[in-house]
Amino acid sequence: MALRAEGLAAFRAERLVLRDVDLAVGAGGALLLLGPNGSGKSTLLRLLAGLKRPDAGTITWADEDIAADPGAHAGRVAYVGHLDAVKPGLTAAENLAFAARLSGRDPRAALAAVDLAPLAALPARMLSAGQRRRLALARLALSPAPLWLLDEPTIGLDTGAIDRFAVMLAGHREAGGLVVAATHIALPLPRAAELRLG
Amino acid sequence: MKAFLALVGRELRLSLRHGADTLAVLLFFVLAASLFPLAIGPGPATLGRIAPGIVWVCALLAAVLPLDRLFGADFEDGSLDHLLLCGLPASLVAAAKALAHWLTTGLPLLLAAGPLAEMLRMDPRALPALLAGLLPGTLDLSLLGAMAAAIVLGARRGGVLLPLLVLPLATPVLIFGAAAASAVQTGLSPRPHLLLLCAVLAAALPICLLAAGGALRGAAE
Repeated sequence: MALRAEGLAAFRAERLVLRDVDLAVGAGGALLLLGPNGSGKSTLLRLLAGLKRPDAGTITWADEDIAADPGAHAGRVAYVGHLDAVKPGLTAAENLAFAARLSGRDPRAALAAVDLAPLAALPARMLSAGQRRRLALARLALSPAPLWLLDEPTIGLDTGAIDRFAVMLAGHREAGGLVVAATHIALPLPRAAELRLG
Repeated sequence: MKAFLALVGRELRLSLRHGADTLAVLLFFVLAASLFPLAIGPGPATLGRIAPGIVWVCALLAAVLPLDRLFGADFEDGSLDHLLLCGLPASLVAAAKALAHWLTTGLPLLLAAGPLAEMLRMDPRALPALLAGLLPGTLDLSLLGAMAAAIVLGARRGGVLLPLLVLPLATPVLIFGAAAASAVQTGLSPRPHLLLLCAVLAAALPICLLAAGGALRGAAE
C-alpha cells in the first residue's frame, strides 16, 4: 500500500498550477501539502483522488497506475474537500446515510466520533459552520478507504473537535492508512512529511 | 448494484424533503394544460382533437422544470465529488439520477395525464395509447434531461441554456407520442408510433448515459 506520484503537472483554467511534483506516501504515513493560496494544493488532492486527470506525469497505487482502474481507485479514497457536501434539508444522520449504506458501517458511531451524536436528528441547516465541518469529517469514520485526502480539514473546528480529529487520524494511521492533507494551520499529524508547492 | 440503489434512495429522500418542488412540477403540468380551454374555448370538438398534443407539450415543459437542480445542487455543495467517488462509473451515477428524476417527475406526470386528458375531453378510446406513449416518452425525457443537465453543469446561466438544449432533442419524442394518441382518434393503429418511441428509448439509454457520464467527469475537473 503506497501512493506515489512522479512528474505531475496540471492546468487549472489555462494556468499551470502544478509542475514536476513528485511525492510518495507509505502505509501509516502522512503528507502535508503546504503553500500559499492558489499554489495548487486542492488541485493536487483532486488529482490524487482521480477526480481530475494530470496533464503530465503518473500517479500510482501499489505500483499500478490509478488511471488504469478508476473505479477501484475510487474505492480506496475518502475525500473531504473544502466544501462540506452537507444537505441542509436532511438531518445530520440522514446526511451520512448514503455513505453508511455504501460501507455498511454504523452512522451513529461515526457521529459519536465527531461528537455530533446528540444532534443526529437535527436538520443540517441548524448546524453551525464548525458542526457541518465535523459532519463532513464523520464520513471518514464511515469509509473503509485506506487513503484519506483532506482539504483544510480543521477549518472552523474548536480545540476539542481538533483533539477528537487527532484521535481519528492516529487510529487511521495505526491501521496502516495514509493521509494527505492540504493545510495552512498546524494539523495533529506527528511525523508527517511536508511538500511545499508554489 | 448496492451503490446504485443507495444513490436512488438518497435522491428520493432528498426530493421527499423538498416535496414542494415535486408538487410544483405537477401543479405546473395541470395549470398549463388548463390554460388551453380558456384560450381556445371549451368546445369539445376542437379541444378533444388537440388534447393529446396539449398533454404532451405540457408534460415536456413540466419535465424540464426541475432539471437545473438535478446535478446543480450537488455540484454547488461539493456532493458531486462524493458521488463520483462512490465506486459507480459516472454514467451509472447519471443513470441513478435519471431514474430518480423519472420517479419524482415522469411517474407523477403519467398518473396525472389520465384525468387531465379527460378534462380536455379527449376521446376515451385514445387514453390507453396516450398513456402507453407517455411511459417510454417520460423515460426518454428523463434521460435527455439528465444528459443536458450534466452538460450545462458549471456553465453560467445553465438554467436558461437547459431548455434550449432539451427541447429540440425532445422533438422526436413529442411527435411520436402525440401521434400515437391522435392515430387512435382518427381510427388508425398507434402501434408504429409506440414502437418508434421505444426505439428512441433504446437509442437514448446508452447515448445519453455515456454523454452524461462524460459531462459529469468534465464538470468535476
